[in-house]
Amino acid sequence: MAQTAAPAAPSSTSTRRGVSADLPDATLSKWLRDMFLIREFEVRCAQAYQQAKIGGFCHLYIGQEACAVGTIGAVNHDDPIVTAYRDHGHALARGMDPGACMAEMFGKSTGCAKGKGGSMHMFDRPNWLFGGHGIVGAQTALGTGLAFAARYEWEVLGKGVNHPDGRPATLDENAPAKKKVSLCYLGDGALNQGCLHEAMNLAGLYSLPVIFIVENNRYSMGTAIERGTTMAHNLLAKGAAYGIDSLKINEEEGLDILRLYDKFKPFADECRAKQRPGFVDLHTYRYQGHSMSDPQKYRTKEEVEAVKQKDSIDQLVLHLMNERKCMTEAQFLAMQREVKDLVAKAMTFAEESPIPDVDAELYSDVYSNIEANLSPTREYVHGAKNPLL
Amino acid sequence: MPRTPQMIEKGLTLVDAINEGLAQEMERDARVVCLGEDVGLNGGVFRVTEGLQKRFGSDRVVDTPLSESGIMGAAIGLAMGGMRPIPEIQFEGFMGPAHDQLVNHAARFRNRTRGEITVPLTVRVPWGGGIHAPEFHSDSPEAIYIHNPGMKVVCPATPADAKGLLISAIRDPDPVLFFEPKRVYRSYREQVPEEEYTIPLGKAKVVQEGTDLTIITWGAQLFQCLEALDQLPEDASVELIDLRTLNPLDHDTIATSVEKTGRCVVVQEAPKTCSLGSEISAIIQERCFLNLKAPVQRVAGFDTIMPYAKLELDYLPDAKRIAEAVVQTLGY
Ligand SMILES: Cc1ncc(C[n+]2csc(CCOP(=O)(O)OP(=O)(O)O)c2C)c(N)n1
Ligand SMILES: [Mg+2]
Repeated sequence: MAQTAAPAAPSSTSTRRGVSADLPDATLSKWLRDMFLIREFEVRCAQAYQQAKIGGFCHLYIGQEACAVGTIGAVNHDDPIVTAYRDHGHALARGMDPGACMAEMFGKSTGCAKGKGGSMHMFDRPNWLFGGHGIVGAQTALGTGLAFAARYEWEVLGKGVNHPDGRPATLDENAPAKKKVSLCYLGDGALNQGCLHEAMNLAGLYSLPVIFIVENNRYSMGTAIERGTTMAHNLLAKGAAYGIDSLKINEEEGLDILRLYDKFKPFADECRAKQRPGFVDLHTYRYQGHSMSDPQKYRTKEEVEAVKQKDSIDQLVLHLMNERKCMTEAQFLAMQREVKDLVAKAMTFAEESPIPDVDAELYSDVYSNIEANLSPTREYVHGAKNPLL
Repeated sequence: MPRTPQMIEKGLTLVDAINEGLAQEMERDARVVCLGEDVGLNGGVFRVTEGLQKRFGSDRVVDTPLSESGIMGAAIGLAMGGMRPIPEIQFEGFMGPAHDQLVNHAARFRNRTRGEITVPLTVRVPWGGGIHAPEFHSDSPEAIYIHNPGMKVVCPATPADAKGLLISAIRDPDPVLFFEPKRVYRSYREQVPEEEYTIPLGKAKVVQEGTDLTIITWGAQLFQCLEALDQLPEDASVELIDLRTLNPLDHDTIATSVEKTGRCVVVQEAPKTCSLGSEISAIIQERCFLNLKAPVQRVAGFDTIMPYAKLELDYLPDAKRIAEAVVQTLGY
């Protein structure tokens, strides 16, 4: 975990050469802040869960922050993304308001899904986040479809059907069309769902600009990747089987956002330019259990500690302070304070927000018109009479 | 596995009872194999298979990859090959990927091969709401499976019934979908016979006898119904039926009761439209038309998507809603 004080510098410092070297200081500072925001947010989620303010399930992203921030940082804001249920990190990296995110976890009406979806169902249309999906693997076909739509817009329609802020355009409006690439995140466990293979085949067959990003944190719940997945040592073979160009980002790189970006950015640019799919085996690690109730019998404390030594936030702090020398310790502390304050406000917002109104929300958003499913049972919400009786 | 002092003194939970039933059947019949995501090393998401891998080995308690279609299909193949597989699907919402295998293959094999090849399969699925989880983790999709001929569907409400029904399911020559109400998993204990025993599939249980009205329910709603009985006027004589098996449905127990009482309230978690409650209402009007003193009422979940945590208790029927429906029906 990132310490409050700046981490101690390692004995040797590397010289950076990749595309990240050309990024402005402000971009890297923003990444640090986003990663720290995700971590702080997750720490507070864990507390809220323990206090039973968050119900059901809660899958924390702590340890994997560099994945979401580094890959989202490599594409445009209006490139669509879709992910699985470990989704708070992607939502925040995409710019979701932390208050709306926390309120969703609390099941409050101000949440991004009106408090009716919970932890696994983060959606943010203006930020082109198409979820948050609870069925493992199912989102991979959706990511493929989003890429299909993007390519259709660009090549067939020659105009966009959505505005850059996510609002659907009317038939006679002209939204800009551009070459997009969609990011489709999945866990290593999802590698074994049939849906992914159907999605990859379609993407390969139609050359759709979707990048399947496997956030390979070595475990699918309690199952280590070697115990559940063939070719675990060479996942790129899976992309190759569908004629999809594939990229491996090993753990050293996956935990170092700069090296992650150095590899991912050119790859994503090429998928966009050539309008073709990609497959990325991105190694990372989750520090916490699978969900909040996980005895973690499947791994040792030492294993977790060893990865924490390479913590992605620590690494970036060191880089900014010692190599780029663009951030002072005081600035780092100030950033932490700002983020902690922001998350504290999100907590208060979630806490103080109302729960969804039963009358207004139990039946809403099932069809475009609420009348479509107003069966007589609705009356029972308040114990009113059955019209028959 | 020997029972713990707590189990001996306070009784077994639903989890304990199913675990014991599984262990005893595995002991008795080496063809019985459990498979599913994290069922071995971790003992399953709800720890229902806890300790089984240690005891019977990883050949018989198999940790699978995250692949419901593969799990179900492979289990069907195992069954066709003569084994007695017991796949676990972690939550009812994950039946989706397994649906094709189950409905288009397992359920139809006997018929398709004119009895030549059968699929003795027991699919264990944690089912239903009440644990503050969102959709996919709180749904009640039983009607989908009841609607498809060829599959038996069981949904025990209590530990003792669960053990006996599970053993029957495992020994049954046809595929059985065994829904386990999550809400009951650890919230209720009762004494359960330690030796092996079976409870026949297709037999409902009259939990309480009465003369004025019949409540028909299954799964965790049994406990809401019991609570509702306490809220009724002293002189209301209500018969309470726990279906236990949803397919084949025990038409006779239902009809006999409603012929006697003339009034019926069906209580279920599932959305109302095209539900098992709808089917039961139809059966009652077919068989008990002349005995009916009031329309059959369905106290059900609503025709909406199962909402997360904060609206959960508005969605699920509770004692108050049930008691109101009973009073209305009695006063019709
Ligand atoms: C179809 C389906 N099956 C099972 C589950 C239960 N489940 C949720 S997460 C998970 C493990 C997924 O692991 P992985 O894809 O590696 O993602 P990670 O948790 O590591 O982020 C399982 C088995 C589910 N949500 N959907
Ligand atoms: Mg994983």
